Amino acid sequence: MQPLLSLRKLRKEFPGCLANDAVDLDVLPGEIHALLGENGAGKSTLVKMIYGVLRPDDGEMVWNGQAVGIETPSAARSLGIGMVFQHFSLFEALTVLENISLGIPNELTGPGLSERIVEVSTSYGLPLDPQREVHSLSVGERQRIEIVRCLLQNPKLLIMDEPTSVLTPQEADKLFETLKRLSSEGVAILYISHRLEEIMDLCDKATILRLGRVVSDCDPSLESARSLAEMMMGSDLNLPEKRADNDPGPVRFKVRSLSTQPDDPFAVSLKNISFDLCDGEILGVAGLAGNGQVELMDLLSGEILCQQSDGIVMDNISVGAMRPGRRRDLGLGFVPEERLGHGAVPDMTLWENGFLSAMRSQDLMHKGFIKVAECVDFAEAVVTRFNVKTVGVDHNATSLSGGNLQKFIVGREIKQDPRVLIVLQPTWGVDAGSAAAIHQELLDLAAKGTAVLVISQDLDELFTVSDRIAVMCEGRLSEATPAAETTVEKIGLLMGGVGGADVIVERPAL
Amino acid sequence: MKIEARTEISKTMIYAAPVLAVVMTMIAGLGLFEIMGHNPFESLYTFFVAPVNTWDGVAELGVKGTPLILIAIGLSFGFRANVWNIGAEGQLTIGALAGSALALAFYDVESVFLLPGMIIVAALGGMAWAAIPAFLKTRYNANEILTSLMLTYIGLLVLSLLIHGPLKDPDGMNFPESRIFHDAAMLPILIEETRLHAGFLIMLAAVVSAWVILGRHIIGFQIRVIGMAPRAASYAGFDQKKMVWLVFLVAGALSGIAGICEIAGPLGQVVPVISPGYGFTAIIVAFVGRLHPVGIFFAGMLMALSYLGGENAQIELNMPNAVTGVFQGMLLFFLLACDVLIKYRLRFS
Repeated sequence: MQPLLSLRKLRKEFPGCLANDAVDLDVLPGEIHALLGENGAGKSTLVKMIYGVLRPDDGEMVWNGQAVGIETPSAARSLGIGMVFQHFSLFEALTVLENISLGIPNELTGPGLSERIVEVSTSYGLPLDPQREVHSLSVGERQRIEIVRCLLQNPKLLIMDEPTSVLTPQEADKLFETLKRLSSEGVAILYISHRLEEIMDLCDKATILRLGRVVSDCDPSLESARSLAEMMMGSDLNLPEKRADNDPGPVRFKVRSLSTQPDDPFAVSLKNISFDLCDGEILGVAGLAGNGQVELMDLLSGEILCQQSDGIVMDNISVGAMRPGRRRDLGLGFVPEERLGHGAVPDMTLWENGFLSAMRSQDLMHKGFIKVAECVDFAEAVVTRFNVKTVGVDHNATSLSGGNLQKFIVGREIKQDPRVLIVLQPTWGVDAGSAAAIHQELLDLAAKGTAVLVISQDLDELFTVSDRIAVMCEGRLSEATPAAETTVEKIGLLMGGVGGADVIVERPAL
Repeated sequence: MKIEARTEISKTMIYAAPVLAVVMTMIAGLGLFEIMGHNPFESLYTFFVAPVNTWDGVAELGVKGTPLILIAIGLSFGFRANVWNIGAEGQLTIGALAGSALALAFYDVESVFLLPGMIIVAALGGMAWAAIPAFLKTRYNANEILTSLMLTYIGLLVLSLLIHGPLKDPDGMNFPESRIFHDAAMLPILIEETRLHAGFLIMLAAVVSAWVILGRHIIGFQIRVIGMAPRAASYAGFDQKKMVWLVFLVAGALSGIAGICEIAGPLGQVVPVISPGYGFTAIIVAFVGRLHPVGIFFAGMLMALSYLGGENAQIELNMPNAVTGVFQGMLLFFLLACDVLIKYRLRFS
């Protein structure tokens, strides 16, 4: 069969980084083709070239047997290439119909679009109400808008960048049905994901990139998650081992009836959140993004102060009214979700970024003056102990790949021996090898008696590390249940808000 | 034609840009002189070389550079933290008035404490004036660009009010001028026969202190983090409101000191116009100097030269006073244009 898309010796170089080198790739019509690789392996660069966002320096792209140069995304779309990005580009205050008509060529808009949206979306099992405003939709429903927007243009190739990272397991299963249906109709799908299990289930073929080069092509259904991960890493994967015995100590950190009323109409208000965190345990908080996790994190870290100072209590001290610096003095450590710009200053060196949160705990100041040598030592100790790949600690945070910077930030917090560590999305967009290393560090930290709170939407991650799991949905936190006594399915249902509005919308009543 | 972001920004070009901007200003200046009907090279010599080919001229460069650099150092703290205080002219004026009021109140006192007292009171005056936009910003989230700028005009009117009233020389034939200060209230002259005064040393101390604080002190670190990544600053636990206050007060204090150095230096008395726009020109100085204390020093000297050159061009070539402003404007324009092209590239399609 003639490939739909063939890439020949594609090359893209950025200053100081060869992102893609001699990449060959064939995608057949109707094939679900996985693109695998660690962070920084060049997956995004490659799909951006296919979608016309970037231009290759060298090499050839062949579409249906004809050499093409794809100059812009609109050129890609007119060939029949659609892409669903990891980060959606939707206007919250507009309706589904308005958002879709803004994102497609003019000749497709106009009367009848609303009917076509309903028709396409129901026939592919992605029900959408064109009149709903986007802010009232779940993340899964928002993703459907992006997919339907592509489908309206009858694509022959659909590129999906980490589509399931924002979905509940049930939503992901529905998406897979849709993708399989599209594939049976002859639409090729180029699929990027870090979740190896779903690639083994879904994909017909996988191309593995390492350091910008294709290292292997394989049939993922014949591989194991471990063998795929090892092909990506080029070395053995050490999966974290969970302790068999977990005997949590006394309650170290208490949260009582936290509620917020945000000014921003689109922010989530927290409703009466309470939990206990014990020494030596890892409490997991599951939930889809946008259900109040960021708001909770801001309150726990002190970036936003609580209305009631006794809403958060550590070692019988009310810390709700304390700023982050004073909370750190008591032994709290935090890892925010955003690496660049929140957990680290992009244009500062690694040693300055070490100083950012460790200045007081590591005694890195003398009368307000920064002890540079000690800062460098601290940052180097973090780099060595947590195996951060970097040219040196006097390079900027931006010079590190996402996974390495995350290891540095997590390492910076762990190296300070926190009594309580609160982590939001510890392995968001981090490759399997780095993720396993971070999980192992969290488990080791808890084994030494630290109380750890992990807030994440990755259920595999939570089941890997957590002793107990609670679920956050629409600003509420459920009771925590021991991880051994629950399942991914049960937690997934809670994440979707069982019996809530989402389930009703699922029915093809449109 | 499209403008595209460059993937990597050249570090060399960031530092080369001010030099490039100076060269382009010179070239554009040649054209300007030509159009105005003067010999371009001779005019350029008159403008940029003649003012400093005597020691006296070099000393004058220090006299003009002192206030510019002092103010620009203060402003650079704010600009680095994304606080856009453009009201230094007003802070200079109120600071100068406060210090002068002290000098005039103790007109008959010949104490060694008078001059240090004047400098401290001037700094406090500038801080008080800068505190207003700081308060409005931190309390009501009022835009500091507007408030600080509008307060400048109020400050200039306060000067006008006082110089026609309480500060007026009782024996001055009703001219809007104060009494001429005694020596005890004047800054010592550094080089005999010139006007270079001890304010130059205060300025040098400010440059060195700012360099150390920005590079090595927790205050400078906080300012830089707030400017580059505000969320990382709140993650680190830095109090951003406190820093808004701090950068305003630093700028106010240095502007106030710059003001009193003008009065107790070259002017010798309070006059209706204390500064020929130093507070505004210092904004250009801060940016041409890349918000770095050492860069600001050189940029301030360059800008001082443009003042001297402008005066020289008026005297020697009968050019209008506006030529100074045109040169300063061209320099800022070329620098900003260079900056755009460092960060973006033009693509013709």
